[in-house]
Amino acid sequence: MKQEYADIVHRCFRCGWCKLPTNYVDFNCPAYLKYRFETFASGGRMWLIRAWLDGDIETSERLGQILFSCVTCKNCVEACALPKIKDSLVDIFIAAREDLVEKGAVPPAVRDYLKAMSISGNPYKKPRDERSDWAKGLDLPEFTDQEYLFYVGDVGSYDELGMKMAREVGKLLRDTGLSIGILGSAEVSDGNDVKTLGEAGLASHLMQENIRVLRERGVRKIITLSPHGYNAMKNDYPSLGGRFEVYHYTQVLGLMVNDRVPKGTLDVKVTFHDPCYLGRWNREYWGPRFLLGSVPGVRLVEMDRNMQNALCCGGGGGNFYTDILGTGADSASQVRAREALDTGADILAVACPICHKMLDDAVKAEGLEGAIRVMDVAGVVNLSRG
Amino acid sequence: MDRIYEKLAAIVGKEFISNAPEERYLYARDQGVQQASAPDYVVMPDSTEEVRQIVLLANEERIPVVPMGGALVLSGLTIPLRGGIVLDMKRMNRILEVNEASHYVVVEAGASHGMLQAYLKKHHPAVKHSVPDAPPVATVGGNMAIHGSGHLSQSEGGFHSEMVTGLEVVLGTGEVLKLGSCSTVPKWFSRAPLPDLAGLFLGWNGTTGVITKIGMKLFPSPKLKDVMMFMTEDIDSVTDILFRVIGTEMAEDIAFFVSPMPAYFDGFQLLMVSVVANSEKEMRMRKELIRDSVQSYLDDKEAGFLPLPPHMKVKLVEAPQKNLSEFADVMKGGGFEYVGAIMPVEAIPEAYRAGLKITEKYNITYSMGARVVGRGHSVMFYYAYPFNRADKENMGTVAKALEETNEAALEMGGIPWKTEVSGQQLILERMEPGTYHLMTQIRKLLDPNGIMNPGNWEVRS
Amino acid sequence: MYELQFDPVLCANCMTVDCIMKCQYIDMELATAKEEHDKVVRGEDSAILRKCVTCYACEEYCPCDNHPFYLIVERQEQLDIHPVPKPIEKSQVIMMAPKGRIERQEVKEPVINLCYFPMLKRSIAGKLYEGASLIMGSDIFCNLMFLHFARNSVIKERLPAMMDNIMAYHLGPSGVKDFVCYHDECYGTYTSWAPAFGMEVPFRPIHLFDFLQKRLTELQSQIKPLGIKAAYQRPCSNRLCPETDRFVDGIFELIGVERAEREYDHENALCCGGVMEAQQLFDLAEEVQGKNVEDMKASGATHCVFNCPFCFFTLMGKVTEKGMTPILMSDLCRMALGE
Repeated sequence: MKQEYADIVHRCFRCGWCKLPTNYVDFNCPAYLKYRFETFASGGRMWLIRAWLDGDIETSERLGQILFSCVTCKNCVEACALPKIKDSLVDIFIAAREDLVEKGAVPPAVRDYLKAMSISGNPYKKPRDERSDWAKGLDLPEFTDQEYLFYVGDVGSYDELGMKMAREVGKLLRDTGLSIGILGSAEVSDGNDVKTLGEAGLASHLMQENIRVLRERGVRKIITLSPHGYNAMKNDYPSLGGRFEVYHYTQVLGLMVNDRVPKGTLDVKVTFHDPCYLGRWNREYWGPRFLLGSVPGVRLVEMDRNMQNALCCGGGGGNFYTDILGTGADSASQVRAREALDTGADILAVACPICHKMLDDAVKAEGLEGAIRVMDVAGVVNLSRG
Repeated sequence: MDRIYEKLAAIVGKEFISNAPEERYLYARDQGVQQASAPDYVVMPDSTEEVRQIVLLANEERIPVVPMGGALVLSGLTIPLRGGIVLDMKRMNRILEVNEASHYVVVEAGASHGMLQAYLKKHHPAVKHSVPDAPPVATVGGNMAIHGSGHLSQSEGGFHSEMVTGLEVVLGTGEVLKLGSCSTVPKWFSRAPLPDLAGLFLGWNGTTGVITKIGMKLFPSPKLKDVMMFMTEDIDSVTDILFRVIGTEMAEDIAFFVSPMPAYFDGFQLLMVSVVANSEKEMRMRKELIRDSVQSYLDDKEAGFLPLPPHMKVKLVEAPQKNLSEFADVMKGGGFEYVGAIMPVEAIPEAYRAGLKITEKYNITYSMGARVVGRGHSVMFYYAYPFNRADKENMGTVAKALEETNEAALEMGGIPWKTEVSGQQLILERMEPGTYHLMTQIRKLLDPNGIMNPGNWEVRS
Repeated sequence: MYELQFDPVLCANCMTVDCIMKCQYIDMELATAKEEHDKVVRGEDSAILRKCVTCYACEEYCPCDNHPFYLIVERQEQLDIHPVPKPIEKSQVIMMAPKGRIERQEVKEPVINLCYFPMLKRSIAGKLYEGASLIMGSDIFCNLMFLHFARNSVIKERLPAMMDNIMAYHLGPSGVKDFVCYHDECYGTYTSWAPAFGMEVPFRPIHLFDFLQKRLTELQSQIKPLGIKAAYQRPCSNRLCPETDRFVDGIFELIGVERAEREYDHENALCCGGVMEAQQLFDLAEEVQGKNVEDMKASGATHCVFNCPFCFFTLMGKVTEKGMTPILMSDLCRMALGE
């Protein structure tokens, strides 16, 4: 572990502010919410990491479960009471994961994910040429010299719901008349979740490979489907030489070209679930709300935990692929589905393919299919357009 | 697999029991300087029935049971001194009833103050409860059980334990009891007029049973909040100033504090006076009466109210305040522990001087202060010493300073609050023998096998 | 070492005693005012020294530029009169002391001296300040606020070192001579207080409004007139440089803001009341603030514009309660540029 982290890990007081959102509504750390042992809260993790570095506890399966169940949602960063160390909390957890990866002591699900990423370049172990399947029939041109590249990433390329979301967004972007192209099967994984799962070397390789492709194609401006890709390209790529203008699709459609597509009227109540990698990681809270608010008849209602206090869907930090958090009544996704239902909303709107899948599954697990529907923000807009 | 583990797992489910080294490591210690001691099992019950079954099993097996709330006591009261089971109560966090008209709430013991505050704010904005200075994850049960105090303690009736209107407890025998009005009628409004048995579980550090449900007083929650900060450089005037301000009955909360950091506070004494009101007119009147009460100090220019910019006020009207946790980082080391001595108000100047002497002797930094409890009926005077968790020598020094502070507090006529085992020994040494005898008799009756948090409130043989 | 350049003969011959007669907070007949002021000149205790709310206004009222306010402060200190409670005064002296953390910083014009207001750092952005260098902190802090505490001695002791710091760490090595004072207080220090005490100033201060007016003129084509009516809260330190008040009109004209005509503006401006609160004169502060904000509201202003951050923090709540928007002049100008 980097010395700068090892030097501050003992400074956590374990005061527990990190367990709650800043408005105290309920436990907001998904791992703690699920497991409830002090060890699974950020403070507990900090103390265990220190004990581990000091040799007071051994590397173990339980330690792997504790460290890899963190969803890197940054609720702890938001709520921590210690301004001098709070910004490093998630970085420290990721650094500890890197140490476990280096020792080869990771949970089997993490190992399998990293292996798939290393061999197939995607977590689904699917062939690369299937990456462009989502765009079939959409009439989106391959990127040549357009102003924007629309980058969809792994989930948008291979997951059934992710592909549906990519299509909704692609259709809306296309209809704005923006000059836009896609990479199709030439896309490379953004590397964000590989990084958060502690495989720094592979993450760096994927990111550099992606940068190479993007540069070769002459890409300057990127619109991402996933907040995870957005985060990597915005915050990690520049230090690797990849300097692009990067936007999440809700920023472009919500803040920049909102007036370009005529919308129809809907009579629905919608609540929006902030994705961690757009919200707490990158402080974008308004783009999706402006986009939803631009649809006549949409009544936006907020959950008690919104914006910087949003509860993660439970899929961040690689948990979407590894499922270390698992399901159950106290899993973040199911708690979130119930919270959305409590607002009386007809639609739970999402802006991330991972949140989409996690919450869609949760609504089913809670038996709420008839009561609330999970849709991505672009899908809501398209719904109004008929 | 361990037989007891299996039995416990059968009670709470496999997910909510652990004997793994990770949990045993963490539950063996708290944020203070007390010696670590690992539990054999950490168990998280979800209901009174599960608590009952766990205690029955522990009784059968003669295993210690240590109830734990928010894990924030700092003085080792939830460290299992003789191993056994740590009963982490935080799954039992339901809010069961809010009665606005009779101003009480019933919660499970593991409900946190923060979540209760958020719940009331949303669903019952006309009422609120007294919030301790602890972080918002502190539990209602834990705080009540140690005679906590907090915001509203000055204006609304004293220690949090005095705000208890009823309890549900599981005795060391596994028997489940209700105490207060709820024992007789299905309402939790009062401990009177029945014989008051709730005291058998308040201040006992979990040595008489496990509190599982609590009825607690609520109070009106006026819309407007403000804070006044009074500064003086004469510690001997503090008792008089407090007397005057308390006498107005216009303040919601009054706390006194001193700190060598930042430097512009060093050597000064500050009083934070919280004021609430339902209208601007009422607020002006309240503040004016408070100011009038200390006018002679203002006229002499020997003390005065600090002008506070709005951004500072926003933080100061919050309860709890985050910057109290920030104190843990003063030594860049993630720790502090404090002696919180319950003292007569007039002891403040002496208590302050004693604190300065001790911190000078041990060359440690500090934060000291006092929260007024009741209308000047006592204060909780705290001596908080931060330390660097990575520096064992520094922790040792702070441990010694804490011990000396406990002794000094007792010498001054104060009694250390929620004190660690060594502090408990100092108290018991001074306690009337008859009182201690009654305590031991009661414990024998409620917990004949001595399984409840053993090592606490016991004279060392 | 630094003595106030004050001429007692001018005061002896003064028949109008404007410094007291125009004062909004001391109410005296002319004869009493003359008598009491003579006492001040002679170094004797006087009701003036006890009643002064330290609003600086008499510096502007004096027709002879004889520094009546600086004299009051000198005498208060000599006679051990404390306008603000002693612990608060003492604590403030410690709080605002130089921390010795200044580092050499290459600067380019325009250099903006943000005084000791790090919280306003983000305001120095956008087209108005393009390419500007920012300097601030306790080691270049003018310390003029200690006039309110009857502590000229603190200013005398600290200011020379502050000016040396500005030259040695910022302006000197970069070969820059001028800087823009974000706060009237700094500008007043260098153009009024320092010369009054015979202190040499090694650089040329520029008033923020002077700078803003020039920049806005350069950017005129990009201005979208705001079309609002605004009350201006003139700060006490502007009394040390009253000639700069006209820049408010110039700026307002450029950005399409109408300066609300009201009773308490220009020479008749009222103190924000913050210092009165520090002096524990709460009733007076409330009365003055009430009058002031009512006057703003009655003038039809929708905004209240501040230059002094202290006035801003003191009055923002009351201004908002009356349905007006409090805003700093610098931010208002940025708004007109669409920022």
